[in-house]
Amino acid sequence: MLSRNLRLSILFVAVLALLAACQPAPTASPTPQVFVTVVKEREVVEVTPTPGPVEGTILVDGSSTVAPITIAIAEEFQKLHPEVRVPVGISGTGGGFKKFCLGETDISNASRPIKKSEIEACAQNNLEYIELPVAFDGLAVMVNPANDFVTCLTVEELKKIWEPDAEGKVTSWAQVRAGFPDRPLSLYGPGVDSGTFDYFTEAIVGKAKASRGDFLASEDDNVLVQGIAGDPNALGYFGLAYYEENRDKLKLVAIDAGDGNCVLPTPETVANGTYNPLSRPLFIYVNRARTDQKDEIGLFLKFYLENAKKIVPDVGYIPLTDEIYSLALQRYEKRVVGSVFKGEAQIGATLEDLLKAEQ
Amino acid sequence: MKGYEVRFEPDLPRRQAVGRIWQGVALLAILMGIAVLLTLLVRVFLDGLPYLRPQLFTEFPSRFPDKAGLRSALQGSIWLMVLTALLSFPLGVGAGIYLEEFAPKNAITRFIEINIANLAGVPSIIYGLLGLGLFVRGLGLGRSLLAGVLTMTLVILPVIIVSTRESLRAVPASIREAALALGASRWEMVRDHVLVYSMGGILTGMILALSRAIGETAPLITIGALTYIAFDPRGPLDIFTVLPIQIFNWVSMPQEAFHRLAAAGIVILLAVLLSMNALAIWLRNRLQKRW
Repeated sequence: MLSRNLRLSILFVAVLALLAACQPAPTASPTPQVFVTVVKEREVVEVTPTPGPVEGTILVDGSSTVAPITIAIAEEFQKLHPEVRVPVGISGTGGGFKKFCLGETDISNASRPIKKSEIEACAQNNLEYIELPVAFDGLAVMVNPANDFVTCLTVEELKKIWEPDAEGKVTSWAQVRAGFPDRPLSLYGPGVDSGTFDYFTEAIVGKAKASRGDFLASEDDNVLVQGIAGDPNALGYFGLAYYEENRDKLKLVAIDAGDGNCVLPTPETVANGTYNPLSRPLFIYVNRARTDQKDEIGLFLKFYLENAKKIVPDVGYIPLTDEIYSLALQRYEKRVVGSVFKGEAQIGATLEDLLKAEQ
Repeated sequence: MKGYEVRFEPDLPRRQAVGRIWQGVALLAILMGIAVLLTLLVRVFLDGLPYLRPQLFTEFPSRFPDKAGLRSALQGSIWLMVLTALLSFPLGVGAGIYLEEFAPKNAITRFIEINIANLAGVPSIIYGLLGLGLFVRGLGLGRSLLAGVLTMTLVILPVIIVSTRESLRAVPASIREAALALGASRWEMVRDHVLVYSMGGILTGMILALSRAIGETAPLITIGALTYIAFDPRGPLDIFTVLPIQIFNWVSMPQEAFHRLAAAGIVILLAVLLSMNALAIWLRNRLQKRW
């Protein structure tokens, strides 16, 4: 009897102790996402070349498209600066901006420029941000390898296929172009919450999120790969990185922007803007006030822009030129706030456009 | 009494044949379930086999599949499981004991009981949204492990309460009456007799609820658990990630090697789950009292 009592009370005490241990420390800052931990012994020993402490946590969230780049950079950065922790979340470009504009994150990954509504949300919280381009991405349009009649499609034809009015009407390949066989047209594309969907509809149909609804949609690009690979009548689109890993299962379609030139997406054609209009720049947005408070953010961004050229191709994206990276770094060092896109969607922004915008 | 005739027709061969057919159908049903499960397990295991090696436990996630591991995710899952257990056990079992043994049977109690039963069926993402509003933003806990633990506790509390009450109810009334007859107070009766007899069932329910908790992703994504973490968590107020999130991230990568890595992660998660279930069975057999 006694031992049972004892056991129960030990359990009770253990739970109490745990609850006490879980209490937020009285020194917790009003922005609890930021955990700056000072490691005492290192403070004494370390003589760092850069001024200020190089420790702390840089919280990144946002686009799942940009995440692999930021994660790869963070991985290398943390090898050099083990005391700086760079966790990365994936809540989508829109979800990322929601948290960013509330000041919950330091850096936001974005697969499109910040939108008007998001600019306003940030402004409401008096939150200033610095916009930095980090890479290029191409959207690939693909068919099944068994499809021998499609090698090139014009933007006009893609619009005919994907516009909202096509729903239930354009159902055969013969309706896309005279001469195509009368075979059913089955469509695959990213889900409506993805930045890729926003960009494709904007570039092809002319209005973000304007699309027919009767296509197989998935947030997981691997599902789209499987779908197109298994359906001889398929047509679909997603990021170039997923095509590169599945070259044997898919057939890439060249895009004719209307000038009669059929262009396949390659690192060169995406980078020099000839693969038009389906190449897009990717961005990170930095909380300006936070970067003034935390030296490690500056250190991280400098590392990001100086090493992106080397690391970006590793994860399947196309790097910008040295010139643009150094212009972006200048933009950061001068703390140029706001978006060069002013909340307007920009289709087919080439490196040249970006360069001009930076200057 | 009206007079009516009950005619017994001993058509034995037909009835036995129907019985055999039914037996066959039932066997087929269970075989199908097992076949699907086995195919899945074997495929996942074969896919993950090359990556089931020590680095999986010692390395952080990486963009190179050969260097990648799930150290941070595994630690996050263990932290989450232990803290959730410590928090949900006293709350859930306490609530169960109160409702079953002490609460007056009135309208308020009935209202609470109905709500708990309903809460057990609420999709976990709803708890995630609640956690986001209440713990992450309301209490200002941020995207911390503690916010995740509190949210998970909410997810599994109804299950624990319901299973605790079932176990308490299984204790025969004669045990209670005997204790009371010998002069035990109500609490003494519960503590020294009812609880002892029902502990096996309570712990089983607890462990099954925890198994659910470590497999959940949706509520944790909602409260802002991160995807890429390359450091060891420092405590309950630190940011975190868990196994299902890491697996999900690997599955959605373009490279085939990451899909295999995800399969290895699934094997680990399954191993954790199965050993927890085994523990539940062992505890039940050990603690079960017969009367």
